[in-house]
Amino acid sequence: MEFFLQLVLSGLVVGSIYALVGLGFVIIYKSSSILNFAQGEFLMLGAYVCVAIFNATKVPFLAAFLLTLVFSALLGVTLERVLLRPMIGEPVISVIMLTLGLASVLKAVVQGIWGTDTQPYPEIFPTTPVRIGPLPVSQGYLYSVGSVLVLLALFSVFFKYSRAGIAMRATAFSQQVALSMGISVKRIFALSWSIAAVVSAVGGVLLGGVRGGVDGAFALFGLKVIPVVILGGLDSVAGAIVGGVIMGVLENLAGGYLDPLLGGGVKEVAPFVALVAILAVRPYGLFGKIKIERV
Amino acid sequence: MLSLKNVEVIYDDVILVLKGLSLEVPEGKIVALLGSNGAGKSTTLKAISGLLHTEEGEVTDGVIEFLGQKINGIPPEQIVRRGIFQVMEGRRVFEDLTVEENIVVGGYTRSDRAGLKRDMEMCYSYFPRLKERRKKLSGYLSGGEQQMLAISRALMARPKLILLDEPSLGLAPLLVREIFGIVKKINEQEKTTFLLVEQNANLALAIAHYGYIMENGRIVLDGDPEKLRSNEDVKEFYLGGGGEAKSYKNLKFYRRRKRWIS
Repeated sequence: MEFFLQLVLSGLVVGSIYALVGLGFVIIYKSSSILNFAQGEFLMLGAYVCVAIFNATKVPFLAAFLLTLVFSALLGVTLERVLLRPMIGEPVISVIMLTLGLASVLKAVVQGIWGTDTQPYPEIFPTTPVRIGPLPVSQGYLYSVGSVLVLLALFSVFFKYSRAGIAMRATAFSQQVALSMGISVKRIFALSWSIAAVVSAVGGVLLGGVRGGVDGAFALFGLKVIPVVILGGLDSVAGAIVGGVIMGVLENLAGGYLDPLLGGGVKEVAPFVALVAILAVRPYGLFGKIKIERV
Repeated sequence: MLSLKNVEVIYDDVILVLKGLSLEVPEGKIVALLGSNGAGKSTTLKAISGLLHTEEGEVTDGVIEFLGQKINGIPPEQIVRRGIFQVMEGRRVFEDLTVEENIVVGGYTRSDRAGLKRDMEMCYSYFPRLKERRKKLSGYLSGGEQQMLAISRALMARPKLILLDEPSLGLAPLLVREIFGIVKKINEQEKTTFLLVEQNANLALAIAHYGYIMENGRIVLDGDPEKLRSNEDVKEFYLGGGGEAKSYKNLKFYRRRKRWIS
């Protein structure tokens, strides 16, 4: 039983970070129908930049973290300006290819600057574990799950009630009609890429803190997030959250119970198996919007 | 208020759609722009609102002036801020947004909270049916309700000029009459100017103060609704009925048509 709970718990932590990266993915998809395959690289870059700022400037970690967020926001705006604006009006598939290229470039840049060794993270969370029931839980886990929950709640409200959020959804529906409402589509794109880069960087820093270091494998989160968002429905914030948590827990349980029996590797495959099963039942994902057709 | 002088529009660098079109929209009036399919009515509206850019179209000659300033070449989102709002053909509501969210998006360019709230109530008083359905996804509304929503979205921006493209498209005659009645009411009460594009010439001329008739990318006839309505050509081509023998009519049709186009 305790083994099970441990697996579920660490699954929740990983799952909440999936949810964050998934959120970034969903935001870009919602406003522009683009699948951003560089989402995992945003996470990795954020984690590297944060520790680099911390080591170079010796400011408190929180300040380094905030600077990282500023960096990520600027990164999002720059990418939109340099890469995406020339692509306005081009087929979506070309833009998606572009994000694949961007992923490779970002990975190469990170390796070029920081090499391939793991960069150790400082102790950012208190080390004494807290007891929840019978279970000792490290505080890092609680912090990351907590901050993820706050962020996700914030964005749900943002999309539902704020004017910018509603305008983003409107832009996703039709750019031409959004323009006719006086919405600057370019600005909406820049905003969505910034938000996506920022939430991913948050995920990266949390992950770095929990794992004690950052390396190139962080970018794999981008790949794992695809079953997460497809499971939840590509355009649903709630779906990203639920999908992320389900995938995180599932992956850990499969790894814990099935890997010893089958000789390993199940952990990596399990999310994709679940994905196929769920899509067979719900092709729009768990929370995806169903296209309204008037007859 | 709005004037187009010798406007020429080319799509995809080759297709000449507007061939030196000129028209005037005076402040506070409803001006109807009539014509058959493919005459270039919607293109005219998109040239004014700047949405032409999104369809590979370009104003290659002539001047579009609004309140004394040249507006061709300005991006569409800024034209909205200057007070011109286009209600696009086919309603084009944001289907996966609720009715109320659609209305909120309409007021995107404004930031006076109190005014927005007041105007939302105003929309609901013009179209009480929208109020009943305000929490519903607009994709599930009927065609008439979607048209009401599209007009409400426009009202929320408090534009000086609304470009209304084919509000009657695909709607039941009774609903069309209701919507035209409300357009007239909005014009009288809010002093909003309208440029109305229609195929249903009868209804459009019933509420318009002035009318233009387009054919093949240019204006072929203009005048007061009374004058247009009594014109033999207009009667025949746009209002239906002419009262003459059929075989004879076909011959005449051909001759008249030719005179206009050449």
